[in-house]
Amino acid sequence: MTVTSDPVTVATPSAHGRRNRFLIWFALPSSALAALLVGAVMLAALGTNPVTGYRALVTGAFGGSYALGATAVKAVPLLLVGVGICIAFRANVFNIGGEGQIAMGGLAGTATALALPGLPSPVLIPLVLVAGAVGGGCWGAIPGAFKAYFNVNEILSTIMMNLVAVQIMNYLLAGPMVDKSSGSVGGLIPQTRLLSRHSWLPIIVPGTQLHLGVLFSVLVAIGVYVLLWRTSFGFRLRAVGLSREAATYAGMPVRRTIMLAMTLSGATCGLAGSMLVVGSISHRMVTDGSLTGFTGSAGFNGIVVALFGGLNPLWTILSAFVFAGLLVGGSAMQVVTNVPSDLIVALNGLVVVFVVSLDYARRRARMAETAARYQAPTLGLAPPTEAVAGAAEEERA
Amino acid sequence: MSQFFTSNILTATVATGIALAAPFLLAALGETIGQRSGVINLGVDGIMLLSAFGAYYAALQTQSLVTAILVGIGVGALLGLVTAVVSVTLRAEQGISGIGIYLFALGFSDLLFLKLVGTPLPINQLSAVKVPLLDRIPTAGGMFFKQNALVYLAFVLVPVVAFVLNRTTYGLNLKAVGENPAAADSLGVSVTVVRYSAVILGSTLAGLAGAALVIETGIFQENLTQGAGFIAVALVYFGAWRPAGVMAGALLYGLTAAVILSWKGLGIIPLSVSDLAATAPAVITVLALLTVARRFRQPAALGKPYERGS
Repeated sequence: MTVTSDPVTVATPSAHGRRNRFLIWFALPSSALAALLVGAVMLAALGTNPVTGYRALVTGAFGGSYALGATAVKAVPLLLVGVGICIAFRANVFNIGGEGQIAMGGLAGTATALALPGLPSPVLIPLVLVAGAVGGGCWGAIPGAFKAYFNVNEILSTIMMNLVAVQIMNYLLAGPMVDKSSGSVGGLIPQTRLLSRHSWLPIIVPGTQLHLGVLFSVLVAIGVYVLLWRTSFGFRLRAVGLSREAATYAGMPVRRTIMLAMTLSGATCGLAGSMLVVGSISHRMVTDGSLTGFTGSAGFNGIVVALFGGLNPLWTILSAFVFAGLLVGGSAMQVVTNVPSDLIVALNGLVVVFVVSLDYARRRARMAETAARYQAPTLGLAPPTEAVAGAAEEERA
Repeated sequence: MSQFFTSNILTATVATGIALAAPFLLAALGETIGQRSGVINLGVDGIMLLSAFGAYYAALQTQSLVTAILVGIGVGALLGLVTAVVSVTLRAEQGISGIGIYLFALGFSDLLFLKLVGTPLPINQLSAVKVPLLDRIPTAGGMFFKQNALVYLAFVLVPVVAFVLNRTTYGLNLKAVGENPAAADSLGVSVTVVRYSAVILGSTLAGLAGAALVIETGIFQENLTQGAGFIAVALVYFGAWRPAGVMAGALLYGLTAAVILSWKGLGIIPLSVSDLAATAPAVITVLALLTVARRFRQPAALGKPYERGS
């Protein structure tokens, strides 16, 4: 889509320039602020003092080493899904299937840990994580291939894959993978047996939940940043995302890139799934019959996290930590003020709506800024296209 | 297996399938209207959730299902307005803004439920309305003509929506806006007005679908829809943006689900694999997306915000 730059912006940079700079730098923080304000109104409407509520939230999320540890652990799946979303969205493919990919990764990792309980930790843990990535990667590759080779809308196919994944999870955890010793009055509980101690992610800071997965997920995020901005594959991926036609014209393997983007996106989600199991407190995989029960909606919240991180894996690290704080703090707030933590889910949704609502104005502002910076003549020349402005923006990033 | 083909069970299964299909059909018809105008509304599931809660709460307060349905419709229209502002005026990426609205409604509906209701109380259900004479037809009568009013409404809306889309000025304008907004604009059709009205109309039907779902279930719970709204969106693609095709998809979906329920009850498929069998509707939809639905072209401007001069 070609968007014309606004000549007035170039001519009088002062007023418009300020507005543009505001949009570029403050669109994301003000989206979050707006959502929190709506949350404050909701809290007040529910008869809770918003200050009390938010203080409980912040204390619960960031007050003290235990809270910080819990927040960091909560951030792991959000970060891993978030960087997966960065990969997919940068290629302009919308992966809504994080939930299912997490579940499939969790199942693959769990199956590995159940099958090889005797292996030493340094071998078993990497195996479990790789299995998780493979499981999620396969679940992402299917809609990826459908998109690339059959032009099937990926939003729909990933949603359908979620619906299939939840049933597979319920079947496996109640059937082939069930813990047969857990029998109670109502039949077997749909969960696996306790995983071998060798598969547990080691705790880094004693007395907290902080496990090795936190460090590892940060490394994955850095790795994805390098992949996207420092390798030719990443360049191709972003080129395909900016303009499929231009990438085709440049001779890039567009279809393969789309499929690989979805596969990698699924792989990081699957990694998140296996970490949810071996980094959990229960150290087994349990289902309550829904995907959310296992994932904690990380597949959707990861989208929020990635958008808020500007689809940049490095900013996504910070963004994941902040949103994990909201989730952990939300539970604390529920205890103190008796406001259900669903409030946080609703606020996450609002953040998404606000971010994407401002995104169009933000993109325009960027293009105007880029045009102003390069002193593009306003007459006689074609205005910068979205692709050009986007590329210039990324060069600076 | 042979017991399944006794006429009583077959009749009951088909009747259940048709009833199950109704909320999907309502939501999918609404989505069809919106998508024909060029707007993807992925927040349908959220709209259904909040409308279902609105209808449920109204039913608890007033004991009147008519009020409940009206509240459901009202909530749908309101969320439709929000969706329209975000996707038409603010030109947001529709695939993502819809997920935002879904997340908001998912959290907000449960928040309201826990704070306003707390313990789940059942509400009245709509009684079946027998169509005079037709309900006496052997077998078919029991299958088709002993449903509740909302089920009839859903199926009656199929030709109505088709008529509006294909035979009225409004419908032709709407399709023009979905195919080539610039051309429609140049002929004096307001893209904004058409898209706003289409999205609000579609969301109203999603609201009705939410009300129908909660009335059918008789109770509200967290995430009541279990993704029904997303399936409705898929059915639009399945039905190639045509009301009759969408109806076929909804029926296929509802009937598959009903057959699996029935087989589970009869022990034809063992309980342990019933979860796997429950994937059948989703798998069938994906396969349909892969095969049949690909032959039809989607509205050319689908998902693309319109801007003059671009």
